[in-house]
Amino acid sequence: MDRVDVTVAVTGMNATDNPAPGVPVARALRHEPSFKGRIIGLGYDALDPGFYAEGLVDGGAILPYPSAGREALRDRLRWIRQELGTDVLVPNLDSELRALIALAPELERAGTRTFLPSLDSLERSSKTHLPRLAAHADLDIPPSEALLTADGISDAAKKFGLPLVVKGVYYGAVVVHTEAEGVAAFHRFAAQWGVPVIVQQYVPGEEYNVAALGDGKGNLAGAVAMRKMMLTDKGKGWCGVAIDNPELIRICEAVVGVLRWRGPLEVEILRGTKTGEYFVIEINPRFPAWIHLSAGAGLNLPYYAVRLALGLPLPSPIPHYRAGTLFVRIAIDQITDLSTFEQLAATGVLRSEQRAFAGKVSHA
Amino acid sequence: MDPESTRLRDLALSDTGFVFDPLTGHTFTVNLTGQLALRCLKDGLSPEATARRLTEEFESDKNTDPVRDVQDFVLQLRDCGLLE
Repeated sequence: MDRVDVTVAVTGMNATDNPAPGVPVARALRHEPSFKGRIIGLGYDALDPGFYAEGLVDGGAILPYPSAGREALRDRLRWIRQELGTDVLVPNLDSELRALIALAPELERAGTRTFLPSLDSLERSSKTHLPRLAAHADLDIPPSEALLTADGISDAAKKFGLPLVVKGVYYGAVVVHTEAEGVAAFHRFAAQWGVPVIVQQYVPGEEYNVAALGDGKGNLAGAVAMRKMMLTDKGKGWCGVAIDNPELIRICEAVVGVLRWRGPLEVEILRGTKTGEYFVIEINPRFPAWIHLSAGAGLNLPYYAVRLALGLPLPSPIPHYRAGTLFVRIAIDQITDLSTFEQLAATGVLRSEQRAFAGKVSHA
Repeated sequence: MDPESTRLRDLALSDTGFVFDPLTGHTFTVNLTGQLALRCLKDGLSPEATARRLTEEFESDKNTDPVRDVQDFVLQLRDCGLLE
């Protein structure tokens, strides 16, 4: 493919044991030989680990928390554009999307392109709207209900049987085996994320994940399916393997088609043990944290997203990825000089000339 | 080709006896006789023909029934989700 020499800003530089997708998105871009551009990491904390990964980002900046409001985000992105010259912005956190979708036309006029879904698509992909979406796209989902009060737990237990799956409206899911556990989970998720809280029939089975990119016209621009092979105690995949399962891709294609999805997404799918049926359990409106696997397997979806944002063509036909490619995550201690932290903590910005990695620093 | 043959044909089987199921991502290991049996079944041989190949390649006890052993192996493949 023709070379891409632009500056790409990537959010989600947090990379703890529940990592954001920013670091793997940046690594996927670095993986692509025809990507010759710069990468600017954007995060919310000066200690976000992605800022300190050697060879990953050329610069970085701290963003205001979403609670600071849209105006603060717009002002900050405008400033970052002026200072660091961002041509493309790839947001990787759910909490950023609404504001950035709204700001996208303005950002584009200022020279920063995005490739994001419409607000309507985003809304229709949410957990609360999943039953309606599934019916529209002829997809199966486990029977579920959105509850506004904990009183509904008892009825749901009678209707669906125990155990039940209780889910926060934005994040988190827990399997409960008694009504009392269900009520406690309801209050926990309601306090953390607000209502509704979703209760779902528990379907024993195996979970699969598909990372994909929609072209905004109802077509898949690429998709990679994966099965997690090891989980952390938070249920996050610590290693996984790319698989070749046409049914998973077909389901993802149906989701992208019905939503006319534009941009990255992840579809979580459960295959029931008893019947072998596939159920869509969640749609995440962004790349997943395991997205570097797509580049490793030969279908670099983050790079494709950047190309689409720039209006550049993708390879035709889209290449097949290599099933059997594994990712195995690692926790490492990154050694760095205090000055990198200093720049981010004191000024909120890290310029490439200010990068100082251990071994390259000379002290007076 | 019937779905079961397709399913077996798609399995990746290495010379070390490592098996990767690209449909589900599950991995398995098989011993030497299992490797040969699986290769035969992947090639579409019947359990009877597979049993004949096994007796040609490996010494077998007079008291064993190779066809029955292959049928048991097929059941194990089914239990592992490698056959529908």
